[in-house]
Amino acid sequence: MHKYASPKFFYSLAGQLIPWIAALTAVLLLAGLYLGLFVAPADYQQGESYRIMFIHVPAAWMSMFIYMLMAGAGAVALVWNIKLAEIFANSCAPIGASFTFLALATGSLWGKPMWGTWWAWDARLTSELILFFLYIGYMALQASIDDPRRAARAAAILALVGVVNIPVIHFSVEWWNTLHQPASVSKIGTPSIHPSMLAPLLLMAFAFTIYFVVVALLRMRNEILERERHTTWVADMLESTKP
Amino acid sequence: MKTRHKRLAIIVSGVIGLTVAGLFVLNAFRSNLVFFYSPTEVLEGKVAIAAGKTIRIGGLVEQGSVKRSPDGLKVDFVVTDLNKKLPVHYEGILPDLFREGQGVVAQGRLQNGNTFTASEVLAKHDEKYMPPEAAKALKGGTFMPGNETKKP
Repeated sequence: MHKYASPKFFYSLAGQLIPWIAALTAVLLLAGLYLGLFVAPADYQQGESYRIMFIHVPAAWMSMFIYMLMAGAGAVALVWNIKLAEIFANSCAPIGASFTFLALATGSLWGKPMWGTWWAWDARLTSELILFFLYIGYMALQASIDDPRRAARAAAILALVGVVNIPVIHFSVEWWNTLHQPASVSKIGTPSIHPSMLAPLLLMAFAFTIYFVVVALLRMRNEILERERHTTWVADMLESTKP
Repeated sequence: MKTRHKRLAIIVSGVIGLTVAGLFVLNAFRSNLVFFYSPTEVLEGKVAIAAGKTIRIGGLVEQGSVKRSPDGLKVDFVVTDLNKKLPVHYEGILPDLFREGQGVVAQGRLQNGNTFTASEVLAKHDEKYMPPEAAKALKGGTFMPGNETKKP
């Protein structure tokens, strides 16, 4: 266990895995986009415009999923003092913020033609915007403390406090009257979305998840090098790559 | 108790405590966090609405109730929550998704306690997605998409 959690071992393992997972990401993304944009039928109400869902919905799912991973890794780092968990939590924040921004931006583009407005201060949209600010706050707090161990601890506490927002985002469409539609897929009973549209949606969600793994591994390798730059293994590695 | 167990307990109880506190706060703000009121809430006076205050109402556009004026952008329709009906008057451009039997959210003022003058009309769609053929097939049966009795 300790071997796998050592930054040095993880650095080389991630380096070997990244090309394979990156290739898988490309294949899944292309297949998902093709099925979503060309194969899936038009919607009976929204016509072709609904196709933005294949980006919007997986991005929104990822924004919440990554936040839970980030807060979970933060808790692990606080309790067991595992450096790799701190590094993982830090790597999650910019990726999660990007997915949140993507969900907000595509939702806005979808809202104008369908609802008739770019933005509405309803509970779903507002809580998702708060999630974006939580990510930004995490990154700002983490960057404002020089010592990486202390920075990670402070940021982890912020992330854990923000976990309150996740059930609020998820249940906002049930608890309150919102302009945003209720859940189509993640609800009890059968999804209210036709299987021919559900398949590309789930494929895109899987592709986004694998994409997240690739980017997280790349960011983690980067942060490991930065933190361990004074250690002998990094010096040896740099020495061996010199021409 | 080991230190790390203590830390774990602090974190778990902290997250649970904050979540419970957050839910209490949200529950207290419940009526302020709704995006719109239903016709029943407005017409039966379940929500306190100050005279002349801008509010949003939402529900389904009643089948056969949309009347457009021939000379301009004026439109009259009835919003229903399948319990009470509220007539709405609006002058402006309607969103593409505005149609009879579909969800709608209108922002504006209540007049004389029983009619609504909207300054903005937004379309609200439901969570159903299907190809037109599937919708047509369903309409032949007992189920009518977008038109069944449910919370608007």
